[in-house]
Amino acid sequence: MFRPARTFVLALAVLALVGAGFAQRTTLTIESWRNDDLGIWQNTIIPAFNAHYPDIQVVFSPTAPTEYNAVLNSRLEAGSAGDLITCRPFDLSLDQFERGHLASLNDLPGMEYFSAVAKSAWSTDDGSDVFCVPMASVIHGFIYNADMFAELGLAEPATYEEFLAQLQTIEDAGHTPLVMGTIDQWEAATMGYQNIGPNYWRGEEGRLGLIEGTIGYDEGGFVEAFRALAEWIPFLPAGYQAMSYPDAQNFFTLGLGAIFPAGSWEIGVFRPMVDFEMGAFKPPVPAGQDTCYISDHTDIALGVNAASPNHEAALTFLEWMTTQEFAELYGNALPGFFPLADHPVTLDDPLAQTFIDWRNECEPTIRSAYQILSRGEPNNETELWNYSAQVLSGTLTPEEAAAAVQRGLENWYAPQQGR
Amino acid sequence: MTARARLPGKGWGHWAQVVATHAVLLAYAAVALFPVVLVVINSFKSRRAIFGSPYDLPNAETFSLVGYQTVFSGARFDLYFLNSLIVTGVSLAAVLLFASMAAHALAEYRFRGNALLGLYLAVGIMIPIRLGTVSILRMMVALGLTDTLWSLILVYTAQGLPLAVFILTAFMRQVPGDLKDAARIDGASEYRIYRLILPLVRPALGTVAVFTMIPIWNDLWFPLVLASGERTKTVILGAQIFLGQYVNDWNAVLASLTLAMVPIIVLYVIFSRQLIRGLTQGAVK
Amino acid sequence: MNKRKPFPWHVVVFLAPATIVYTAFMIFPLLDSLRFSTFAPGPDRTFTFVGLANYQRLTSDPNWAPFLWNAIKNNFLFFAVHMLVQNPLGLLLAALLSSQITRFKALFRTVLFLPTVLSVVLIGFIWRLILSPIWGISGDFLGLFGLEHLNRPWLGLESTALVTLSLVSVWQWVGIPMLLFLAALVGIPDELIEAARVDGANAWRVFWGIRFPLILPTVGIVGVLTFVGNFNAFDLIYTTQRATAGPNYATDILGTFFFRTFFGMQLQAANPTMGATIAGIMFLIILAGVLLYLFAYQMRLQRIEL
Repeated sequence: MFRPARTFVLALAVLALVGAGFAQRTTLTIESWRNDDLGIWQNTIIPAFNAHYPDIQVVFSPTAPTEYNAVLNSRLEAGSAGDLITCRPFDLSLDQFERGHLASLNDLPGMEYFSAVAKSAWSTDDGSDVFCVPMASVIHGFIYNADMFAELGLAEPATYEEFLAQLQTIEDAGHTPLVMGTIDQWEAATMGYQNIGPNYWRGEEGRLGLIEGTIGYDEGGFVEAFRALAEWIPFLPAGYQAMSYPDAQNFFTLGLGAIFPAGSWEIGVFRPMVDFEMGAFKPPVPAGQDTCYISDHTDIALGVNAASPNHEAALTFLEWMTTQEFAELYGNALPGFFPLADHPVTLDDPLAQTFIDWRNECEPTIRSAYQILSRGEPNNETELWNYSAQVLSGTLTPEEAAAAVQRGLENWYAPQQGR
Repeated sequence: MTARARLPGKGWGHWAQVVATHAVLLAYAAVALFPVVLVVINSFKSRRAIFGSPYDLPNAETFSLVGYQTVFSGARFDLYFLNSLIVTGVSLAAVLLFASMAAHALAEYRFRGNALLGLYLAVGIMIPIRLGTVSILRMMVALGLTDTLWSLILVYTAQGLPLAVFILTAFMRQVPGDLKDAARIDGASEYRIYRLILPLVRPALGTVAVFTMIPIWNDLWFPLVLASGERTKTVILGAQIFLGQYVNDWNAVLASLTLAMVPIIVLYVIFSRQLIRGLTQGAVK
Repeated sequence: MNKRKPFPWHVVVFLAPATIVYTAFMIFPLLDSLRFSTFAPGPDRTFTFVGLANYQRLTSDPNWAPFLWNAIKNNFLFFAVHMLVQNPLGLLLAALLSSQITRFKALFRTVLFLPTVLSVVLIGFIWRLILSPIWGISGDFLGLFGLEHLNRPWLGLESTALVTLSLVSVWQWVGIPMLLFLAALVGIPDELIEAARVDGANAWRVFWGIRFPLILPTVGIVGVLTFVGNFNAFDLIYTTQRATAGPNYATDILGTFFFRTFFGMQLQAANPTMGATIAGIMFLIILAGVLLYLFAYQMRLQRIEL
């Protein structure tokens, strides 16, 4: 046990010392939902920044991801938020910008390294203002147990039909083919529907069609994607309706299942956990389709709290984040989070390299509900979570789910009304 | 605490009753204890063993202190524990003092608006406290109390009062009037009478103390919003760092939260003893 | 009851600290936020006063009303399980703990209370583990009786998730009614019970004939506290099922509905005005329950005094 009194005195002493030391230096606090990255920021990124700017002290102060939105908004409203704000893509950050909490970054040197697509997740609808520096995107695909594949003599599937046949082979061999549950809902939508879907709705063509109102969730590729998702049902683990996301991660990394419908972020998570070889394949295309589409989703960025008293220092930090040095550090410290700047970056992790190579083979798109479509009631993304999970639990047919999602969108989104 | 069985006869019926009583208690104790024991034994196992064989005791192969090592190597958990103890202790003392005073007034004196004030003091438990988050945070910013333990103590004291006043008033109404009247005839002041009554409602005070301290100790929300700085973190908030977006360090979560149970159990044992003391002292007087 | 006396300053002294702290740090922020329920955001992000329109919207708009009624219905079921399981169980345990023949009372009192001190993060973790069809032992347990085919993914099915979580909540909180009943039971003077025993009453008759009537006020308190607690409940469901309260909102209660709306989730932006309206509805429901209790209590009090 510790000695309370002594600890207390010690704490006071440390405080006094630290306080004195701070006097000449600016301290920047970063608000983030990435609890997972605390060590990387403390040990890698911040020291690298301080090598250039020793007078700017940076504190990475994450909040548990489930609490982040609520806590950050409360702090912004009350004026106690940190100097740098980690930005969710699209409307949540846009809302913060429009309420005056995030500063415009139009004039930040270094923003020219980012493509319009990379910046679109953190720009106003007309593109006139950009308010966060893009950090990374994540790519969807399937991570598999390569040892199990070798044992069963399986190769990476090219078409969806091959994929389903392989799932049957794995099932017949007595293994669990697909590792995913539905209790947390978001995996069903994110790693299920949005993972295989772009191949059916032809990536950007379908996504922009939804926004323009030329196609609905209840037709064409968007229903096809729900049908393809429903094919997974017989191959999920027993009792998957109550399997949580951490359950699924542990199930797969303990070697109990063959294929994990994944986001690229899993690479860094799985690496230290597995004692088998991992491989990855991109979402298999329907038979006869030549072009493949992948979800290369703009996921995370960093902006400046407009009320920050350390505006200059915050901009200095953001400018450094646009450099090749940061891209290289970040991309390699967090395999599976792919830097969005145009700098050439070498990734050390072969699996991460596999994912990023798909950018050259396939047409990239982002998740269908993120841009514009999640502004109304009901929220399109929340509905996709619920209905994708219900398709997988077998409580709704793909057609029913598609119709329900479309009804929700038509409820408020003018371009989709009365088509 | 000993069973002074002063029953007329100790026949079969008596022993059957003894056995049945303990059988029921033991059975429910098993239900209560099993998940808690699972938490504790798994906190001493490696990650693979937690999920590979969650119900086994740690053995030579699976025993691991990695969770406890993580807890004590990275963050300042000793400081977090101290913060939790200060916040819980000070808030609890304030709630018990203020609430018993108010409850005494409500139970003892008939004044205009008594019932209405009683209801007013209970209204707070009828609205989810998180609703007031932004207003509370704004006040703390204005008072310059963000990232101080004071902000938590003030909020928890306010938050603990309604329930405490509600329960203590009900119990204080049951204290017989003769005793107070006798004291008044002896010329005791009203403050003296309050101090006379307190020991009589000891069981209720003990209960209210337990009631009040548990949500304070286990709260995550207000430490997160009001005092998330490294110096002011509570244990529960400190443990959150192990719950990531895509990966949870269950070893460290189990280790830190298992440790967090210990002080609160000690406090519980202390306060729940008041239940028994109240009985004997009340009987003597 | 008093003759003309000087101003009763002592009453003010007794009431002031609690009233001041409570008003400043609880009532003021709550009212300050609750008033949002009478505002709506305009197109230019300014709030305009709309009277009770939000309440009308919440109770009749097809985007909102089904969620509200679903949450209220679920909340009453959640409450019913607590009244039917938690409180009788708490009473039974308290009765056994206060019995003269019981040994190791302090130990039992502590062990039975352990679940209540556990952090909800651990409760969520461990029950998800125990009930999990993958790691769990609910299957093994049913297997003891040859019933493993009855095992279900309890937390993942619309038909079972809410009742399962209600029972976990009972497991977590049963220590509180147990303690309240115990505090009341030990307050009963021994003489009363001895007298009945001498008259030849058995333990069952002594309990229902003498002890139970004497702790009736506590039964009322436990009932109303259960009501207040259940309609404010949030943590357990949020920890196990997250803000989506799935599957398909089968475990959505007022607390989770409020949180999801007021603070938002994932891509769903925060909606402070409708969130405050939900909180307003919660307040009205709980107030109705408390007034009902106070009214019944006052009636009983008057009956006794007459």
